[in-house]
Amino acid sequence: MRIGLGKSRLGGWLLVATAGAALLSLAVLPTPAQAPAYKAPKTKDGKPNLNGIWQANNEANWDIRPHAAYQGPVYTLGAAYSTPAGLGVVEGGEIPYKPEAAAKQKQNFADRLKLDPEIKCYMGGVPRSTYMPYPFQIVQGTGHIMIAYEYAGAVRDINMGAPTKAPADSWMGWSNGHWEGDSLVVDVTSLNDSTWFDRAGNWHSDALHVIERYTPIGPDALQYEATIDDPKVFTRQWKMSMPLYRRLEKNAQLLEYKCVEFAEEVLYGHLRKQPLQGKGDSK
Amino acid sequence: MRRYVLSSLIALAVVSLVSAPVFAQAPVTAKPAPAAKTWTMPRTPDGKPDLQGVYSNATTVPVARPAYLGAKEFYTDEADKAASAAQAAAGRGGRGGAAPRAAAVVEPEGGGLAVHYDTSQFGLGGPTVKRAASLRTSIITGPEGRVPPMLPEVQKMVAEKRAYQQAHQWDSAQNRPLAERCITWGFEGPPMMPVGYNSTLEIVQGQGYVAIVQEMIHDTRIIPTDGRPHAPSEIKRWMGDSVGHWEGDTLVVETVNYNPLVVIQGAPVSDAAKVTERFTRIDPETITYQFTVDDPKTWTKPFSGEYNMVHIDGGLYEYACHEGNYGMANNLSGARATEKK
Repeated sequence: MRIGLGKSRLGGWLLVATAGAALLSLAVLPTPAQAPAYKAPKTKDGKPNLNGIWQANNEANWDIRPHAAYQGPVYTLGAAYSTPAGLGVVEGGEIPYKPEAAAKQKQNFADRLKLDPEIKCYMGGVPRSTYMPYPFQIVQGTGHIMIAYEYAGAVRDINMGAPTKAPADSWMGWSNGHWEGDSLVVDVTSLNDSTWFDRAGNWHSDALHVIERYTPIGPDALQYEATIDDPKVFTRQWKMSMPLYRRLEKNAQLLEYKCVEFAEEVLYGHLRKQPLQGKGDSK
Repeated sequence: MRRYVLSSLIALAVVSLVSAPVFAQAPVTAKPAPAAKTWTMPRTPDGKPDLQGVYSNATTVPVARPAYLGAKEFYTDEADKAASAAQAAAGRGGRGGAAPRAAAVVEPEGGGLAVHYDTSQFGLGGPTVKRAASLRTSIITGPEGRVPPMLPEVQKMVAEKRAYQQAHQWDSAQNRPLAERCITWGFEGPPMMPVGYNSTLEIVQGQGYVAIVQEMIHDTRIIPTDGRPHAPSEIKRWMGDSVGHWEGDTLVVETVNYNPLVVIQGAPVSDAAKVTERFTRIDPETITYQFTVDDPKTWTKPFSGEYNMVHIDGGLYEYACHEGNYGMANNLSGARATEKK
């Protein structure tokens, strides 16, 4: 953040020649506060128009922290399903775990084949659903904004009216939204403790409170920011941010990834009458 | 919302509860709007009829018309309807006609045990649910008021599949019905049919799209209305591939390319299946929903249906079916334990 501010404050003749380069670097900086002033097109009722099919294009799915490439958890899958390196999406790079929580993350990682809720086709939760390698669609209604995710058919209904309270915890949480300038700000509460942040076992408790910001930074990109608060697991609030990109295919649409079918063998295969032969070594 | 319910009971319960007598006492909350004369169609900012909101499509109207009503498509009034229900209850299918079965009695995949599952205990169904008023004698419209027969070869296929399932029903998770596996509930359609409980859906309209979320089991259909063609037919989906357009103030949605395991009214869909739905808002709180199922490789002729859905307050809740499906592991391990005895 400080770096970004410094760059944007630099002015004068010195920078004329490098202005283009500076803009480029600004664009990849994680904070939308410093994003070039872009005025989003509006819907007919005057709201920033976020309608569209969006997708992250980064490696947060594997690990939200900076990480080098490493071998995947099933060696027989070789190079095809190993982990690509990523710069990370956590501001500052580090997740401020309490010591015992950091130990649990390591345990989660070690046992990820057994524990990762993604393997079981459980709904991804917030914010993980945003940067899984599947598109999601924003359908911007007048009183409610719907976000439908291709992965597991998960869906969120963002209430844009007077804030309401969740009746119970859930996988995708309870979302109340409002506009701040061109940003859609969503307050997400009542998330359960069963989702993760990524495939690396980064985790949270049921005290998780997420504040999301979706800010248009160009006709085909949003800056996504999620402020994470969970006093049971972290020593302080922290933030992740990343651009999201519009799917520009002419016939872009959300398809189905109803993954229950793909998870049944790993969940229930050991309870089969006849063991499944020759299809992987999951059980 | 998580529901820690034995999922093996759910599909069966849906079937059994909808015919429970408690439905007969359900209050009719939606009245034909007296203010209809002054009501004007609300519109979204881009001028389309505004269908947005949360709706209940629960109904006491049965899918198929009781045989003793013949070609009578409507009751004359509430008294006529009540008299008919009393007659059916007394006769229990006597005089050549079965007692009326409430909506959504068609089992997703066949097979059924009579399991008591009183959803009114949990505030999920029964008299706690708001329903649109209706004098219809059946959801299926026309003089016959019931789905036509399947083609003989399809009947044979269905019977064979059923026999196989009966013999192998506990072999693996994949042998269980789709609803029990939490893949589809069997009522999502299209055509969307009322469900025994949580018969609720939400409509949101964005620019060029209408999205419909059905609470059971958190299924979202996003319907483009920008004139685009269907996706390539290689892509089969559990709820098919829907595209829509507006005809006057009616949203017309055409759906093709269903996953071949999908069942509509007891019959597997074919690759020729086409379902057309029409959504028309008729008053401040009611949408009339009409559908036609045309699948010449399955049914002897097309059939159509109609019901009203009524606006309800409150939101849609998360039905995390698969995530709480403890019943699957419990049932299978029970079956394995039984085999060892």
